[in-house]
Amino acid sequence: MAASPGLGLTTPPHARPRKARRRWTGWGFLGPFVLIFLFTLVAPVIYAIYLSLYRDKLIGGNSFVGLSNYLTAIQDPVFHTALFHVLLLLFVQVPIMMALSTMAALALDSSRLYVASIFRMSLFVPYAVPSVVAALMWGFMYGSTFGLVANLNSAIHLHLPNPLASNYVLAALGNITTWEFVGFNMIILYSALQSVPKDRYEAAAIDGATKFQVIRAIKVPAMRRALVVALVFALIGSFQLFAEPNVLKSLAPNTIGSAFTPNMYAYNLSFNGQEFNYAAAIAIAMGIITMIGAYALQLGGMRRDDR
Amino acid sequence: MNADARAVSAAGRSTGRKSRPISITTPRKSVLFTLVMGLMLIYTLTPVAWLLINSTKTQNSLSSSFGLWFSGPFSFFHNIAATFSYGNGEFLRWALNTVLYVVLGGGGATILATLGGYGLAHFTFPGKRAVMAIIIGAIAIPGTALAVPAYLMFSKFGLTNTPWSVVIPSLISPIGLYLIWVYATEAIPSGLLEAARLDGASELRIFLSIGFRLILPGFVTVLLLTFVATWNNYFLPLIMLSTPNWFPLTVGLSNWSNQAPSAGGQLIDNLVITGSLLAITPTVIVFLLLQRYWKAGIAAGSIKE
Repeated sequence: MAASPGLGLTTPPHARPRKARRRWTGWGFLGPFVLIFLFTLVAPVIYAIYLSLYRDKLIGGNSFVGLSNYLTAIQDPVFHTALFHVLLLLFVQVPIMMALSTMAALALDSSRLYVASIFRMSLFVPYAVPSVVAALMWGFMYGSTFGLVANLNSAIHLHLPNPLASNYVLAALGNITTWEFVGFNMIILYSALQSVPKDRYEAAAIDGATKFQVIRAIKVPAMRRALVVALVFALIGSFQLFAEPNVLKSLAPNTIGSAFTPNMYAYNLSFNGQEFNYAAAIAIAMGIITMIGAYALQLGGMRRDDR
Repeated sequence: MNADARAVSAAGRSTGRKSRPISITTPRKSVLFTLVMGLMLIYTLTPVAWLLINSTKTQNSLSSSFGLWFSGPFSFFHNIAATFSYGNGEFLRWALNTVLYVVLGGGGATILATLGGYGLAHFTFPGKRAVMAIIIGAIAIPGTALAVPAYLMFSKFGLTNTPWSVVIPSLISPIGLYLIWVYATEAIPSGLLEAARLDGASELRIFLSIGFRLILPGFVTVLLLTFVATWNNYFLPLIMLSTPNWFPLTVGLSNWSNQAPSAGGQLIDNLVITGSLLAITPTVIVFLLLQRYWKAGIAAGSIKE
């Protein structure tokens, strides 16, 4: 897990080499970080890998079982359903959110908005809202007792479905994550657009380029790298989804089970089932899947760089 | 002098990008664009407005009124008082715990990231390449993926259900270290440090009196990021803590909301709503006040070409 891919981030240029006298001074500055890094990041991963290779049996106690826990996970229908939920969010909710973020970033960058700074600031506010509170707010609004949906149904005799019914609960969840991160992604993309030197637009205007040509030839390429970064964050967020469904569970106990997402499954395996070894295997498996996804995204992003 | 000027211009380049030249690139304003963005603004602000409006209602008028308008007796201040007094004042305890985790965890993470980022930017030392590769790799490791393994390990050491179990994992912010590293590389000219060394200043003194001052904007950005991350943290404290005494606000609030529908439980939706509003107020205010810093930080981190 430690060798997972970065986010397409580049290494800053090296500082000038120093004399041997100061060879170890750098460790003085980096040492504290690395020490705690080893204790809180590297050690748990190693410990989890170790746990995932064992099984606690009633007879015979703790015994080495090789990859057996992983094979169980591959055939576990509960894990499949959990994985299916987050994959669906990844392939439906994330593209919708990214499209909205991209349009908003382009609109901000176009300088054609009135009160642009109000949009820029307000749309980013949800990022500062804890995911627990986001889920609580939307959960209340979805709710059938005093939610907005119930209000609308009774006020104008609509028959809007209950957003927390089993057919819609994923969409309801996707709406919460979209609300939380659409502005965050917009700011990342907008920053990338702002880094385009202005003379490039002037040159395009002199050449008689249309607005769409400018977007396709200048703006979209400028956003590509930031888009890959944003997509990697969204991929991680989807695969590791926990807080929002776990909070909504109390409002929709019949539609959100204890294994709704892989992380909820791992959590409940450990804390309600005492199946620590299997939970560790699920956590490591999800880590590996996340890494592969992040790496594939970056490869895709880089390949287009070569063109 | 020359070095100073470069430092200032490097810092200026990444902190403020306010004014745009008036030219072909500043076209006429569009009502249509503004209206479409207005829809997004409504979408973004509706839940916040809902929270604000409903924090003024009593439990009874919550269920009998339209969600996006005021109704019943104005009980905003009553709700706030009730939020703080409910359950022997556990909300205040959770708020103080949250502050403790933010100060120790978020503050500590920022200091470690600043020292480390400065070290990576301006020193060469044995093992540097390996450290750089591992840290860049670690940015993609989500904290939640490690929560269960970290719990299992911490319980071996008897650290679970103590504040340390929340603070220690919060101390590491690979993305923060990366931002400082980029920032320190850009904003501190090596020549300036070399000159200070020739004058015989110690490395620590050089860092405190020159380096730290030049990367202050980057430091504030990372402080903001870690502040929000620790304030909003849910999965880690939920796993690590079992007694409500050490809960942060996030875990406490979700506990309140869980207890409401349970049999015999007193309905306290008005307290959950008011508590939620109180919980988001500090982060939102800090974010809006310090927005020029996070903008600079995101610009430095995500748009390197």
